[in-house]
Amino acid sequence: MDNTMQGALHGAALLKVRDLAKHFDVSKPWLARVLENQPKQILKAVDGISFEIKKGETFSLVGESGCGKSTVAKLIVGLHGPSGGEILFDGANLNEAIKRKDANQVRRRWQMIFQDPYASLNPRWRVRDIVSEPIRVFKLASSSAEIRDRVGELLTQVGLSPADGDKFPHEFSGGQRQRISIARALSSDPEFLVCDEPTSALDVSVQAQILNLMKDLQRRLGLTYLFISHNLAVVYHVSDRIGVMYLGRLCEVATANDLFKSPKHPYTRLLLNTIPDMDMTGIERAPVQGEVPNPIDPPSGCAFHPRCPLANERCKREAPLLQEDGGSLIACHAVEENRQA
Amino acid sequence: MSLLEVKNLEVEFPTRRGTLRAIDDVSFSIEPGEVLGVVGESGAGKSLTGASIIGLLEPPGRVSGGQILLEGSRIDDLPYDKMRHIRGKKIGAIFQDPLTSLNPLYTVSRQLTETILVHMDMTQEQARARAIELLDEVGIPAAEKRIDSYPHEFSGGMRQRVVIALAICANPKLIVADEPTTALDVSIQAQIIALLKRLCKDHKTAVMLITHDMGVIAETADRVAVMYAGRIVEVGKVRDVIKDAKHPYTKGLMGSIPVVGHEVEVLQQIDGSMPRLTEIPEGCAFHSRCPDAIDKCFKNRPDLMPTGGPSTAACWLYDTETVNG
Repeated sequence: MDNTMQGALHGAALLKVRDLAKHFDVSKPWLARVLENQPKQILKAVDGISFEIKKGETFSLVGESGCGKSTVAKLIVGLHGPSGGEILFDGANLNEAIKRKDANQVRRRWQMIFQDPYASLNPRWRVRDIVSEPIRVFKLASSSAEIRDRVGELLTQVGLSPADGDKFPHEFSGGQRQRISIARALSSDPEFLVCDEPTSALDVSVQAQILNLMKDLQRRLGLTYLFISHNLAVVYHVSDRIGVMYLGRLCEVATANDLFKSPKHPYTRLLLNTIPDMDMTGIERAPVQGEVPNPIDPPSGCAFHPRCPLANERCKREAPLLQEDGGSLIACHAVEENRQA
Repeated sequence: MSLLEVKNLEVEFPTRRGTLRAIDDVSFSIEPGEVLGVVGESGAGKSLTGASIIGLLEPPGRVSGGQILLEGSRIDDLPYDKMRHIRGKKIGAIFQDPLTSLNPLYTVSRQLTETILVHMDMTQEQARARAIELLDEVGIPAAEKRIDSYPHEFSGGMRQRVVIALAICANPKLIVADEPTTALDVSIQAQIIALLKRLCKDHKTAVMLITHDMGVIAETADRVAVMYAGRIVEVGKVRDVIKDAKHPYTKGLMGSIPVVGHEVEVLQQIDGSMPRLTEIPEGCAFHSRCPDAIDKCFKNRPDLMPTGGPSTAACWLYDTETVNG
């Protein structure tokens, strides 16, 4: 980890996200709304978040379901258009870049790995065609022989054999399918991979294989990862830096070490408190309180205040901004005011 | 006497291409008030073991051998009608997805009182009072008001609490909980685990906790049985199995789990994946992935045997005759 850390600290930002927002209109149909006299309902899935990912590092987003982490992933790869804010990839505004004529030049530089390897591979295509699709789309090879060689090379790289190219996805286990997804993602020679829960559909022993493979590829190819997961132990294992999300906002951004050794935001502390105790220390922990509120109607001020042991009047009124605190970024009035429980 | 005893259980699925043995010679017992964790990867047979115990094995699957004894009497050969009175009354069940285990068309009140009336001698009013009491016990705020709500009006965590209330409503001796926290978020998972632990302690209920998550086992169970390809490969106290695994599969499994605070560059990995039911090899089913396999592993299937440590494992490496001879 030291090498990548060094690279990350000195490297330039590959991806910059500024005040990114995505609001979904989840209102009832117009007629129903008029008849029942109801206002429009807007779901703020991502509500103004900013972060940077440096070249060669793994930046992770963690949070519970509905916090907006997958929406961020989709915004970054362009599967959703943002409602506000901007995404800069290597200095260029991504939403403008993908509309230009030479969009393919930029577009091939990032790829995505999805959660469910059963749903993300076309069951009627041979593996060879699945893996070579980006090569064909971005015209990265001139002849079919070249494509075949490249596919063989990619399959070998992810631990499969070139002969597997003739098979169909159903002939593979979940872990092998995820390897095919990774080969497909690598086929356009990307620098940046967005990995949305890449191992959460897999068994633990297979998860270890995929995590090891991803780390190995990162070292060899100098990849940059945005890693999205709800599993804190996995995030601890793979990340250089981590952003914790709650209801569409970032509440803490810190290096993996700082976050797990000295979590500052009360929500981060709550999350860490839920990690099962695999060392069997038998320490009694404070019970976790409450549930994630409905994102359509989030609490006023800091969205975490109803569950927060340190909340006061100010937290109900005013939403905290991300502020620097000893190398980390934290959005919390209690931390800022040094409130103690 | 053990509360539940499973002896040489076999479950088979007849198919057009021959019979598949999904569970092969599984034996274990659960003591009153004990939490036994059953852990394994998908397809290891852990859920089928649970389904056989509660008599909800989906046809064409059937128990083809062995016995299941509850408080000393056999329950695996009971007719459907008799089993209905054991399920719910003596054995409660909690399933993975709380939305599909509740009927979306009935209020929570109706579902709870229905179950209570079937198993207990009560009037409608008493049953309703007991239902409210139960909801209160599983931590649903304002139970008296929420009882007339429909399942969709509850959040995922609250629904799982309702399912737990259903499982405990006739004071069963045993609860079979199949992945009770898998569909839930981490903070809710922690709450449900705490609730289950509290309920078992208060009611002295035994739990068979089926999960793929070693973390949940570490938090909750007293003993753990590790399953692989339809067999139990290791049984022991949770602490012993986690800290000092004996079977090569368990060792590999423990090494492949990332743990917060343990910095490792590369996770230990078990290459390959679990064989499909149609392709279970001769000898020990794990031999093709096992780093320590010896000749005997390719030919003979090991049974659980003492390991010299606190747990028992099904592995020839612990057979003194094999190792010395």
